[in-house]
Amino acid sequence: MKLSVEHIAILSGILLMAIGLWGILGRKNILKMIISFTVFDTGLNILIVALGYLPGRTAPIVDGPVTVENLSQVAVDPVPQALVLTAIVIGFGVTALMLVYALKMHEKKKTLDINEYTDLKW
Amino acid sequence: MITFNIVLLIFLSVATISGALVAVTAKKTAVAILASGAISLFASIFFLVLASPDVAMTEAAIGAGLTTFLFFVILRKTESHHAEK
Amino acid sequence: MLRNSLILGLVAVFALALFTIFSEYKTPETLNRTAQYYNENEVSQVGAANVVTAVVVTYRGLDTLGEVTVLFLTASVIGFILRRKKKGEPVVKADKGSEILSTASRILFPGSIILGVYVFVNGHLTPGGGFQGGAVIGTAILLIALANPEFAVSRKVLHWLESLSGVTYVIIGLLGIFLAAGFLDNRILPLGDFGHLLSAGAIPIIYSMIGIKVGAELSGIITDINQTKTNLS
Repeated sequence: MKLSVEHIAILSGILLMAIGLWGILGRKNILKMIISFTVFDTGLNILIVALGYLPGRTAPIVDGPVTVENLSQVAVDPVPQALVLTAIVIGFGVTALMLVYALKMHEKKKTLDINEYTDLKW
Repeated sequence: MITFNIVLLIFLSVATISGALVAVTAKKTAVAILASGAISLFASIFFLVLASPDVAMTEAAIGAGLTTFLFFVILRKTESHHAEK
Repeated sequence: MLRNSLILGLVAVFALALFTIFSEYKTPETLNRTAQYYNENEVSQVGAANVVTAVVVTYRGLDTLGEVTVLFLTASVIGFILRRKKKGEPVVKADKGSEILSTASRILFPGSIILGVYVFVNGHLTPGGGFQGGAVIGTAILLIALANPEFAVSRKVLHWLESLSGVTYVIIGLLGIFLAAGFLDNRILPLGDFGHLLSAGAIPIIYSMIGIKVGAELSGIITDINQTKTNLS
Protein backbone atom coordinates (compact mmCIF):
# COMPACT_ATOMS: atom_id res chain seq x y z
CA MET A 1 0.00 0.00 0.00
CA LYS A 2 1.44 3.31 -1.06
CA LEU A 3 0.84 5.82 1.67
CA SER A 4 2.50 9.09 0.88
CA VAL A 5 1.23 12.63 0.49
CA GLU A 6 1.39 12.66 -3.30
CA HIS A 7 -0.20 9.21 -3.69
CA ILE A 8 -3.19 10.13 -1.52
CA ALA A 9 -3.61 13.37 -3.43
CA ILE A 10 -3.40 11.64 -6.81
CA LEU A 11 -5.97 9.03 -5.73
CA SER A 12 -8.42 11.65 -4.45
CA GLY A 13 -7.96 13.66 -7.65
CA ILE A 14 -8.79 10.61 -9.77
CA LEU A 15 -11.82 9.72 -7.62
CA LEU A 16 -13.11 13.31 -7.81
CA MET A 17 -12.77 13.23 -11.60
CA ALA A 18 -14.63 9.91 -11.80
CA ILE A 19 -17.45 11.17 -9.57
CA GLY A 20 -17.61 14.38 -11.60
CA LEU A 21 -17.85 12.45 -14.87
CA TRP A 22 -20.61 10.28 -13.41
CA GLY A 23 -22.52 13.43 -12.47
CA ILE A 24 -22.00 15.06 -15.86
CA LEU A 25 -23.39 12.04 -17.68
CA GLY A 26 -26.02 10.98 -15.18
CA ARG A 27 -27.84 14.10 -13.99
CA LYS A 28 -30.91 15.45 -15.72
CA ASN A 29 -30.91 18.92 -14.18
CA ILE A 30 -28.62 21.23 -16.13
CA LEU A 31 -27.44 23.14 -13.04
CA LYS A 32 -26.37 19.88 -11.42
CA MET A 33 -24.45 18.95 -14.57
CA ILE A 34 -22.54 22.24 -14.31
CA ILE A 35 -21.83 21.55 -10.62
CA SER A 36 -20.42 18.16 -11.64
CA PHE A 37 -18.22 19.99 -14.16
CA THR A 38 -16.70 22.05 -11.36
CA VAL A 39 -16.12 18.88 -9.32
CA PHE A 40 -14.29 17.34 -12.30
CA ASP A 41 -12.27 20.55 -12.67
CA THR A 42 -11.18 20.51 -9.03
CA GLY A 43 -10.11 16.87 -9.24
CA LEU A 44 -8.03 17.53 -12.36
CA ASN A 45 -6.30 20.47 -10.68
CA ILE A 46 -5.45 18.40 -7.59
CA LEU A 47 -4.04 15.66 -9.84
CA ILE A 48 -1.80 18.06 -11.79
CA VAL A 49 -0.45 19.80 -8.67
CA ALA A 50 0.18 16.43 -6.98
CA LEU A 51 2.31 15.31 -9.95
CA GLY A 52 4.67 18.24 -9.33
CA TYR A 53 5.08 17.58 -5.61
CA LEU A 54 8.23 16.15 -4.09
CA PRO A 55 8.05 14.85 -0.50
CA GLY A 56 9.60 16.97 2.19
CA ARG A 57 10.02 19.99 -0.05
CA THR A 58 8.47 23.43 0.32
CA ALA A 59 6.91 26.11 -1.85
CA PRO A 60 9.16 27.72 -4.48
CA ILE A 61 9.31 31.11 -2.77
CA VAL A 62 12.59 32.58 -1.53
CA ASP A 63 11.92 33.38 2.11
CA GLY A 64 13.39 32.39 5.47
CA PRO A 65 15.18 29.02 5.26
CA VAL A 66 14.74 28.90 1.50
CA THR A 67 17.62 30.88 0.02
CA VAL A 68 18.69 31.62 -3.51
CA GLU A 69 21.44 28.97 -3.31
CA ASN A 70 19.39 26.00 -2.08
CA LEU A 71 16.20 26.81 -4.01
CA SER A 72 16.60 23.87 -6.39
CA GLN A 73 17.24 21.46 -3.49
CA VAL A 74 14.32 22.38 -1.22
CA ALA A 75 11.57 23.68 -3.54
CA VAL A 76 8.96 21.79 -5.55
CA ASP A 77 8.27 22.04 -9.27
CA PRO A 78 6.81 25.50 -10.07
CA VAL A 79 5.51 24.68 -13.56
CA PRO A 80 2.37 22.62 -12.67
CA GLN A 81 1.46 25.30 -10.13
CA ALA A 82 1.67 28.02 -12.77
CA LEU A 83 -0.46 25.95 -15.15
CA VAL A 84 -3.12 25.18 -12.54
CA LEU A 85 -3.19 28.84 -11.48
CA THR A 86 -4.35 29.83 -14.96
CA ALA A 87 -6.58 26.76 -15.28
CA ILE A 88 -8.64 27.76 -12.23
CA VAL A 89 -9.32 31.23 -13.62
CA ILE A 90 -10.25 29.83 -17.03
CA GLY A 91 -12.46 27.30 -15.24
CA PHE A 92 -14.36 30.13 -13.60
CA GLY A 93 -14.89 31.81 -16.97
CA VAL A 94 -16.14 28.57 -18.52
CA THR A 95 -18.47 27.91 -15.57
CA ALA A 96 -19.91 31.42 -15.81
CA LEU A 97 -20.50 30.96 -19.54
CA MET A 98 -22.25 27.61 -18.99
CA LEU A 99 -24.42 29.14 -16.26
CA VAL A 100 -25.46 32.00 -18.51
CA TYR A 101 -26.40 29.58 -21.27
CA ALA A 102 -28.39 27.57 -18.72
CA LEU A 103 -30.20 30.77 -17.72
CA LYS A 104 -30.98 31.50 -21.38
CA MET A 105 -32.29 27.98 -21.96
CA HIS A 106 -34.43 28.27 -18.84
CA GLU A 107 -35.93 31.47 -20.25
CA LYS A 108 -36.88 29.67 -23.46
CA LYS A 109 -38.17 26.38 -22.06
CA LYS A 110 -39.03 27.39 -18.48
CA THR A 111 -37.36 24.27 -17.14
CA LEU A 112 -33.88 23.03 -16.30
CA ASP A 113 -34.59 19.39 -17.18
CA ILE A 114 -32.55 18.34 -20.23
CA ASN A 115 -35.23 15.87 -21.29
CA GLU A 116 -37.36 18.87 -22.28
CA TYR A 117 -34.74 20.24 -24.65
CA THR A 118 -35.80 18.32 -27.70
CA ASP A 119 -35.04 20.85 -30.45
CA LEU A 120 -31.98 19.05 -31.77
CA LYS A 121 -33.27 15.54 -31.19
CA TRP A 122 -33.95 13.33 -34.19
CA MET B 1 5.60 16.56 10.10
CA ILE B 2 5.24 14.14 7.22
CA THR B 3 3.00 11.79 9.22
CA PHE B 4 0.88 14.72 10.35
CA ASN B 5 0.46 15.71 6.72
CA ILE B 6 -0.56 12.18 5.80
CA VAL B 7 -3.19 11.97 8.56
CA LEU B 8 -4.50 15.40 7.57
CA LEU B 9 -4.63 14.40 3.92
CA ILE B 10 -6.52 11.17 4.65
CA PHE B 11 -9.16 13.13 6.55
CA LEU B 12 -9.28 15.70 3.77
CA SER B 13 -9.65 13.16 0.99
CA VAL B 14 -12.45 11.35 2.83
CA ALA B 15 -14.21 14.71 3.36
CA THR B 16 -13.66 15.79 -0.25
CA ILE B 17 -14.90 12.56 -1.78
CA SER B 18 -17.97 12.35 0.43
CA GLY B 19 -18.60 16.02 -0.45
CA ALA B 20 -18.36 15.13 -4.12
CA LEU B 21 -20.83 12.28 -3.67
CA VAL B 22 -23.24 14.67 -1.95
CA ALA B 23 -22.76 17.28 -4.69
CA VAL B 24 -23.53 14.78 -7.44
CA THR B 25 -26.39 12.89 -5.81
CA ALA B 26 -28.18 15.63 -3.84
CA LYS B 27 -31.86 16.14 -4.63
CA LYS B 28 -31.86 19.85 -3.84
CA THR B 29 -29.71 22.04 -6.06
CA ALA B 30 -28.82 24.35 -3.17
CA VAL B 31 -27.30 21.44 -1.24
CA ALA B 32 -25.29 20.43 -4.29
CA ILE B 33 -23.98 23.99 -4.70
CA LEU B 34 -22.93 24.17 -1.05
CA ALA B 35 -21.21 20.79 -1.30
CA SER B 36 -19.27 21.89 -4.38
CA GLY B 37 -18.17 25.02 -2.51
CA ALA B 38 -16.99 22.82 0.35
CA ILE B 39 -15.05 20.66 -2.11
CA SER B 40 -13.25 23.77 -3.38
CA LEU B 41 -12.41 24.77 0.18
CA PHE B 42 -11.00 21.31 0.97
CA ALA B 43 -9.10 21.36 -2.32
CA SER B 44 -7.45 24.62 -1.33
CA ILE B 45 -6.16 22.94 1.86
CA PHE B 46 -4.96 20.10 -0.39
CA PHE B 47 -2.96 22.61 -2.41
CA LEU B 48 -1.52 24.12 0.77
CA VAL B 49 -0.29 20.70 1.92
CA LEU B 50 1.09 20.08 -1.58
CA ALA B 51 3.35 23.17 -1.14
CA SER B 52 1.55 25.48 -3.54
CA PRO B 53 0.17 28.50 -1.66
CA ASP B 54 -0.42 30.43 -4.89
CA VAL B 55 -2.85 27.83 -6.17
CA ALA B 56 -4.46 27.54 -2.74
CA MET B 57 -5.21 31.28 -2.73
CA THR B 58 -6.66 31.17 -6.22
CA GLU B 59 -8.85 28.18 -5.44
CA ALA B 60 -10.14 29.72 -2.21
CA ALA B 61 -10.92 33.07 -3.83
CA ILE B 62 -12.36 31.84 -7.13
CA GLY B 63 -13.48 28.25 -6.61
CA ALA B 64 -14.97 28.59 -3.14
CA GLY B 65 -16.00 32.25 -3.29
CA LEU B 66 -17.03 33.52 -6.70
CA THR B 67 -18.24 30.27 -8.28
CA THR B 68 -20.50 29.42 -5.35
CA PHE B 69 -22.04 32.88 -5.31
CA LEU B 70 -22.55 32.78 -9.07
CA PHE B 71 -24.37 29.45 -8.79
CA PHE B 72 -26.65 30.88 -6.12
CA VAL B 73 -27.44 33.98 -8.17
CA ILE B 74 -28.38 31.79 -11.15
CA LEU B 75 -30.39 29.46 -8.90
CA ARG B 76 -32.36 32.40 -7.52
CA LYS B 77 -33.05 33.68 -11.02
CA THR B 78 -34.30 30.33 -12.25
CA GLU B 79 -36.31 29.54 -9.14
CA SER B 80 -38.12 32.85 -8.67
CA HIS B 81 -40.09 32.07 -11.80
CA HIS B 82 -41.41 28.78 -10.42
CA ALA B 83 -42.46 30.47 -7.19
CA GLU B 84 -44.57 33.01 -9.04
CA LYS B 85 -46.24 30.61 -11.39
CA MET C 1 -31.54 1.15 -17.09
CA LEU C 2 -29.45 0.69 -20.23
CA ARG C 3 -28.46 4.34 -19.94
CA ASN C 4 -27.39 3.98 -16.32
CA SER C 5 -25.30 0.87 -16.95
CA LEU C 6 -23.66 2.53 -19.97
CA ILE C 7 -22.76 5.54 -17.84
CA LEU C 8 -21.40 3.37 -15.05
CA GLY C 9 -19.32 1.37 -17.53
CA LEU C 10 -17.92 4.52 -19.09
CA VAL C 11 -17.01 5.96 -15.68
CA ALA C 12 -15.38 2.65 -14.70
CA VAL C 13 -13.27 2.62 -17.88
CA PHE C 14 -12.28 6.23 -17.31
CA ALA C 15 -11.34 5.59 -13.68
CA LEU C 16 -9.34 2.48 -14.61
CA ALA C 17 -7.46 4.38 -17.30
CA LEU C 18 -6.54 7.07 -14.80
CA PHE C 19 -5.83 4.55 -12.06
CA THR C 20 -2.64 3.52 -13.87
CA ILE C 21 -1.29 7.00 -13.08
CA PHE C 22 -1.73 6.18 -9.41
CA SER C 23 -0.47 2.61 -9.49
CA GLU C 24 2.60 3.31 -11.63
CA TYR C 25 3.56 6.63 -10.08
CA LYS C 26 6.99 6.62 -8.48
CA THR C 27 7.89 9.75 -6.62
CA PRO C 28 10.94 11.23 -8.36
CA GLU C 29 14.01 11.95 -6.26
CA THR C 30 14.95 15.18 -7.98
CA LEU C 31 13.21 17.83 -10.04
CA ASN C 32 12.89 17.37 -13.78
CA ARG C 33 15.16 19.44 -15.98
CA THR C 34 12.73 22.27 -16.71
CA ALA C 35 11.95 22.81 -13.05
CA GLN C 36 15.63 22.51 -12.17
CA TYR C 37 16.45 25.21 -14.71
CA TYR C 38 13.71 27.51 -13.45
CA ASN C 39 14.67 27.06 -9.81
CA GLU C 40 18.39 27.56 -10.43
CA ASN C 41 18.35 30.48 -12.85
CA GLU C 42 15.16 32.33 -12.02
CA VAL C 43 16.66 34.67 -9.41
CA SER C 44 19.56 35.78 -11.57
CA GLN C 45 17.45 36.06 -14.74
CA VAL C 46 14.14 37.45 -13.49
CA GLY C 47 14.79 38.46 -9.87
CA ALA C 48 11.40 37.60 -8.35
CA ALA C 49 11.28 35.90 -4.94
CA ASN C 50 8.22 33.89 -5.98
CA VAL C 51 9.26 31.43 -8.70
CA VAL C 52 5.64 30.70 -9.68
CA THR C 53 5.16 34.39 -10.48
CA ALA C 54 8.31 34.37 -12.60
CA VAL C 55 7.01 31.36 -14.55
CA VAL C 56 3.52 32.85 -14.97
CA VAL C 57 4.56 36.37 -15.95
CA THR C 58 7.89 35.94 -17.72
CA TYR C 59 8.82 32.42 -18.81
CA ARG C 60 5.26 31.61 -19.88
CA GLY C 61 4.07 35.17 -20.32
CA LEU C 62 2.51 34.51 -23.70
CA ASP C 63 0.37 31.81 -22.08
CA THR C 64 -0.89 34.32 -19.53
CA LEU C 65 -1.63 36.90 -22.22
CA GLY C 66 -3.71 34.30 -24.04
CA GLU C 67 -5.48 33.39 -20.83
CA VAL C 68 -6.42 36.98 -20.05
CA THR C 69 -7.74 37.18 -23.62
CA VAL C 70 -9.90 34.09 -23.05
CA LEU C 71 -11.32 35.67 -19.90
CA PHE C 72 -12.03 38.87 -21.83
CA LEU C 73 -13.84 36.88 -24.52
CA THR C 74 -15.91 35.10 -21.87
CA ALA C 75 -16.90 38.40 -20.31
CA SER C 76 -17.82 39.82 -23.72
CA VAL C 77 -19.90 36.79 -24.67
CA ILE C 78 -21.76 36.91 -21.36
CA GLY C 79 -22.45 40.61 -21.86
CA PHE C 80 -23.63 39.88 -25.40
CA ILE C 81 -25.96 37.04 -24.40
CA LEU C 82 -27.46 38.86 -21.45
CA ARG C 83 -27.95 42.22 -23.11
CA ARG C 84 -31.25 43.80 -22.28
CA LYS C 85 -33.75 44.00 -25.09
CA LYS C 86 -34.89 47.57 -24.59
CA LYS C 87 -32.89 50.36 -23.12
CA GLY C 88 -35.59 51.73 -20.92
CA GLU C 89 -36.46 48.38 -19.38
CA PRO C 90 -36.07 48.54 -15.62
CA VAL C 91 -33.45 46.35 -14.03
CA VAL C 92 -34.36 43.42 -11.85
CA LYS C 93 -36.30 44.24 -8.72
CA ALA C 94 -34.69 41.86 -6.27
CA ASP C 95 -35.07 42.17 -2.55
CA LYS C 96 -32.69 44.47 -0.80
CA GLY C 97 -30.10 42.80 1.38
CA SER C 98 -30.73 42.72 5.08
CA GLU C 99 -29.54 45.48 7.38
CA ILE C 100 -26.59 43.37 8.56
CA LEU C 101 -25.49 42.62 5.00
CA SER C 102 -25.67 46.21 3.78
CA THR C 103 -23.86 47.60 6.84
CA ALA C 104 -21.19 44.90 6.74
CA SER C 105 -20.65 45.36 3.01
CA ARG C 106 -20.09 49.08 3.47
CA ILE C 107 -17.43 48.38 6.10
CA LEU C 108 -15.79 45.47 4.26
CA PHE C 109 -15.75 46.95 0.76
CA PRO C 110 -12.74 49.33 1.10
CA GLY C 111 -10.77 46.71 3.00
CA SER C 112 -11.39 44.08 0.34
CA ILE C 113 -10.32 46.46 -2.45
CA ILE C 114 -7.12 47.32 -0.56
CA LEU C 115 -6.43 43.62 0.11
CA GLY C 116 -6.84 42.88 -3.59
CA VAL C 117 -4.46 45.68 -4.58
CA TYR C 118 -1.94 44.51 -1.95
CA VAL C 119 -2.12 40.95 -3.23
CA PHE C 120 -1.39 41.85 -6.84
CA VAL C 121 1.23 44.52 -6.15
CA ASN C 122 3.21 42.07 -3.98
CA GLY C 123 2.79 39.18 -6.43
CA HIS C 124 6.52 38.83 -7.03
CA LEU C 125 7.39 38.62 -3.31
CA THR C 126 4.60 36.68 -1.60
CA PRO C 127 2.05 34.08 -2.70
CA GLY C 128 -0.58 35.76 -4.78
CA GLY C 129 -0.66 37.87 -7.86
CA GLY C 130 -2.86 39.40 -10.49
CA PHE C 131 -5.41 36.60 -10.67
CA GLN C 132 -5.91 36.27 -6.93
CA GLY C 133 -6.01 40.04 -6.44
CA GLY C 134 -8.48 40.43 -9.28
CA ALA C 135 -10.67 37.73 -7.74
CA VAL C 136 -10.63 39.52 -4.37
CA ILE C 137 -11.70 42.76 -6.08
CA GLY C 138 -14.45 40.87 -7.89
CA THR C 139 -15.64 39.49 -4.54
CA ALA C 140 -15.79 43.02 -3.11
CA ILE C 141 -17.97 44.15 -6.01
CA LEU C 142 -20.14 41.06 -5.54
CA LEU C 143 -20.62 41.88 -1.86
CA ILE C 144 -21.89 45.36 -2.69
CA ALA C 145 -24.10 43.98 -5.44
CA LEU C 146 -25.66 41.47 -3.04
CA ALA C 147 -26.46 44.14 -0.48
CA ASN C 148 -27.88 46.57 -3.00
CA PRO C 149 -29.23 44.99 -6.21
CA GLU C 150 -29.55 48.32 -7.98
CA PHE C 151 -25.86 49.04 -7.54
CA ALA C 152 -23.95 48.79 -10.78
CA VAL C 153 -20.42 49.71 -11.66
CA SER C 154 -20.56 51.85 -14.74
CA ARG C 155 -19.91 49.69 -17.81
CA LYS C 156 -17.91 52.52 -19.34
CA VAL C 157 -15.50 52.68 -16.41
CA LEU C 158 -15.06 48.90 -16.48
CA HIS C 159 -14.45 48.87 -20.23
CA TRP C 160 -11.93 51.69 -20.02
CA LEU C 161 -10.06 50.10 -17.12
CA GLU C 162 -9.99 46.79 -18.92
CA SER C 163 -8.90 48.15 -22.29
CA LEU C 164 -6.27 50.45 -20.80
CA SER C 165 -4.71 47.71 -18.68
CA GLY C 166 -4.79 45.26 -21.59
CA VAL C 167 -3.15 47.73 -23.96
CA THR C 168 -0.51 48.63 -21.36
CA TYR C 169 0.21 44.93 -20.88
CA VAL C 170 0.78 44.39 -24.60
CA ILE C 171 2.85 47.59 -24.93
CA ILE C 172 5.12 46.49 -22.07
CA GLY C 173 5.44 43.14 -23.80
CA LEU C 174 6.36 44.81 -27.10
CA LEU C 175 8.90 47.09 -25.35
CA GLY C 176 10.66 43.90 -24.29
CA ILE C 177 11.41 43.12 -27.94
CA PHE C 178 13.22 46.42 -28.44
CA LEU C 179 14.81 47.01 -25.02
CA ALA C 180 15.51 43.46 -23.84
CA ALA C 181 15.69 39.92 -25.12
CA GLY C 182 12.15 39.30 -26.34
CA PHE C 183 8.39 39.66 -25.99
CA LEU C 184 7.30 40.16 -22.36
CA ASP C 185 10.90 40.25 -21.09
CA ASN C 186 10.80 41.93 -17.69
CA ARG C 187 14.32 43.37 -17.93
CA ILE C 188 13.21 46.59 -19.60
CA LEU C 189 13.53 48.04 -16.08
CA PRO C 190 16.49 47.39 -13.76
CA LEU C 191 16.11 44.26 -11.65
CA GLY C 192 16.70 46.26 -8.45
CA ASP C 193 17.39 44.89 -4.99
CA PHE C 194 16.18 41.33 -4.65
CA GLY C 195 13.22 41.04 -2.29
CA HIS C 196 12.09 44.66 -2.39
CA LEU C 197 8.78 45.94 -3.69
CA LEU C 198 10.37 47.77 -6.61
CA SER C 199 12.39 44.90 -7.98
CA ALA C 200 12.18 42.17 -10.62
CA GLY C 201 12.00 44.65 -13.50
CA ALA C 202 8.57 45.07 -15.01
CA ILE C 203 6.88 42.21 -13.10
CA PRO C 204 5.05 44.43 -10.55
CA ILE C 205 3.69 46.60 -13.38
CA ILE C 206 2.64 43.65 -15.53
CA TYR C 207 1.00 41.85 -12.61
CA SER C 208 -0.83 45.03 -11.57
CA MET C 209 -2.14 45.36 -15.11
CA ILE C 210 -3.28 41.71 -15.02
CA GLY C 211 -4.90 42.34 -11.63
CA ILE C 212 -6.84 45.38 -12.83
CA LYS C 213 -7.89 43.58 -16.00
CA VAL C 214 -9.03 40.42 -14.21
CA GLY C 215 -10.80 42.48 -11.54
CA ALA C 216 -12.65 44.52 -14.18
CA GLU C 217 -13.61 41.41 -16.13
CA LEU C 218 -14.91 39.51 -13.10
CA SER C 219 -16.82 42.59 -11.92
CA GLY C 220 -18.30 42.92 -15.39
CA ILE C 221 -19.45 39.28 -15.38
CA ILE C 222 -20.96 39.66 -11.91
CA THR C 223 -22.76 42.91 -12.73
CA ASP C 224 -24.09 41.50 -15.99
CA ILE C 225 -25.48 38.37 -14.36
CA ASN C 226 -26.81 40.15 -11.29
CA GLN C 227 -28.71 42.69 -13.38
CA THR C 228 -30.36 40.31 -15.79
CA LYS C 229 -34.04 40.20 -15.61
CA THR C 230 -35.47 36.82 -16.44
CA ASN C 231 -38.13 37.95 -18.85
CA LEU C 232 -40.75 35.53 -17.51
CA SER C 233 -41.22 36.81 -14.02
